[in-house]
Parts: sequence; C-alpha cells; structure tokens
Amino acid sequence: MAEQLPDRLSPLEPDYHPGSHGNFEQGVDVILSETRPGSILQLAAWPGEEKRLIEVIRKITGLALPDGAGGGISSGVRAVFGFAPGKFTVVDEAEGLAQAFAGAITPAIGTLTDLSHGRTALRIAGPKAEWVMAKFFAIDFALPAFPLGAGRSTNHHDVFAQIQRSGADQFDIYVFRSFARSFWKALCHASEEVGYEVQ
Amino acid sequence: MLITCPYCGPRDVIEFTYQGDGNRERPQPASQDLDAWNAYVYDRLNPAGDHNEIWQHSGGCRSHLRVVRNTITHEILSTEFARGGHKAGGRS
Ligand SMILES: [Zn+2]
Repeated sequence: MAEQLPDRLSPLEPDYHPGSHGNFEQGVDVILSETRPGSILQLAAWPGEEKRLIEVIRKITGLALPDGAGGGISSGVRAVFGFAPGKFTVVDEAEGLAQAFAGAITPAIGTLTDLSHGRTALRIAGPKAEWVMAKFFAIDFALPAFPLGAGRSTNHHDVFAQIQRSGADQFDIYVFRSFARSFWKALCHASEEVGYEVQ
Repeated sequence: MLITCPYCGPRDVIEFTYQGDGNRERPQPASQDLDAWNAYVYDRLNPAGDHNEIWQHSGGCRSHLRVVRNTITHEILSTEFARGGHKAGGRS
C-alpha cells in the first residue's frame, strides 16, 4: 500500500497567478516560478574539516564543488553552493536528502540542518533577470562577477536571502518561508516593467 | 561605504553590523581586576585616523571581521576574518 503523504502547500498560493503580467505586449522578459524542491539542507564543517565535508557532498549528491568562496554547481535536479566559510546549501528535487546525509556527516566533520520546510525557492529566468535582481540586491549580477553555479548570501530590506546562478540568465533565490509571499509580491511588482510570465 | 568581506567580496555597509572597538581586551570572565574591567568597558583610543574595529557581515556570510577603518575618511584599509582557520578561499 502506498504511503499516504500530506499535500504540499505553497506559501505563495493566494498570490501565485500563472500567465503573463505587466508590460508584456513587447515580449515577456522574465519568467518567475516556484521550484518547490523536496529537500533544502544547510551543511557546516568545523574549521579544518571543509575538504572532508566537500567530499561527503560529492559522494551523496554526485556534485563536485569548485574551489573558492561562494563556489557552486547545479545539475538541474540537485544543486550545491557555498554561502559562508565552511557552510553549504544543498538542494534536491526529491525529498529525503537529509536522511542520505545523516549517516555520512559525522559529529567530527560538522553539522546538518534540514531547512526543507523553512525556505522557499523562487526562480527568475530570462534576458532581464539580471536587471530585475539588481533592483533588489546590492551585488554584482554580471556573469564574470557572479559565475554559473556560484552562490551569494545577501539581503533585501534586512531580510536574508541566498542566491544561486543556475543558468546564464537564471537565478534561484532562497528566502525564509514566512517572508516568501511578501518577497514574491515584490518580485512580481519589480518585473512588471519588463513583462513577466508566472509558470 | 563599502567593506570587502574576505568571503563575499565588496558589499554595502548596510549588510554589516558594528561590533565595537577592536582594541579592547576582555578580561577572563572570573577576573576581579576592576581596573581591567573598567578599561574594557570605558577606555577608548578614539583616534582621528586608522582604527581597529570588529564588524560582523550579519547580512551576508555572518563572519566576524577585523577591519581597519579611517575614522576621518571612512576608508577601509584592511579586512580579515576575526577568527583564524578560514584564511584561505577569499574572493579576489
Ligand atoms: Zn561575508
């Protein structure tokens, strides 16, 4: 007998309206969506244990983190990026990633925090994605400064956000779930001038 | 004012929280040396020029940083992690 799982509800529901909006007569320049990953984890290595943690991430997810601050990689199904010294966000479309890591991250290596129910993942894609993002966050979104796969920790009106570049003109934004609807509405308003489609 | 976080790169000062004078030396918690506690709480160099400060990148990677800031020009002369062990890997 199949396990009876509860329905997953989106915090954006009352303000999530698929279709074209804003100034889209001249074309839709950004596409907004909620990616709804099943797993969002925060992994942290004790000082000196970073390389062991990166190796655990590679074993469990198959993703090899590039060197350097804020480095990351995305396979489309899974994603990982550094957001602070020795700390990484790991995302999977499927649920259950925390269980996969639980045995592998020993107390000597570091810690695992399951944020699957605490964060909401939003995606902005299209030729004007950099333009719209630059209105929210005071960081450089140009490709040479913010390479493919890389992650950034920053904030919007004092609300913390993590951002990963998951495509040349695509960003995934991780926000607190309790703030997600407010941020989503702001993102929609900011996208009106370029024309946006909600998928 | 921009502060270059060793992890995140240059960021607006709005992302940072000032954690106080970086010259203070906190006595051991059990210390009963009243002069040392008095100096820790009240004595400040208050220089017109380069000043050692502690800042936290609270709106970013949340690292605590040692910063040298010129109190006249607000120029940031140097930044580094306040704690050792994470010296490598800064964005250039
Ligand atoms: Zn930082």
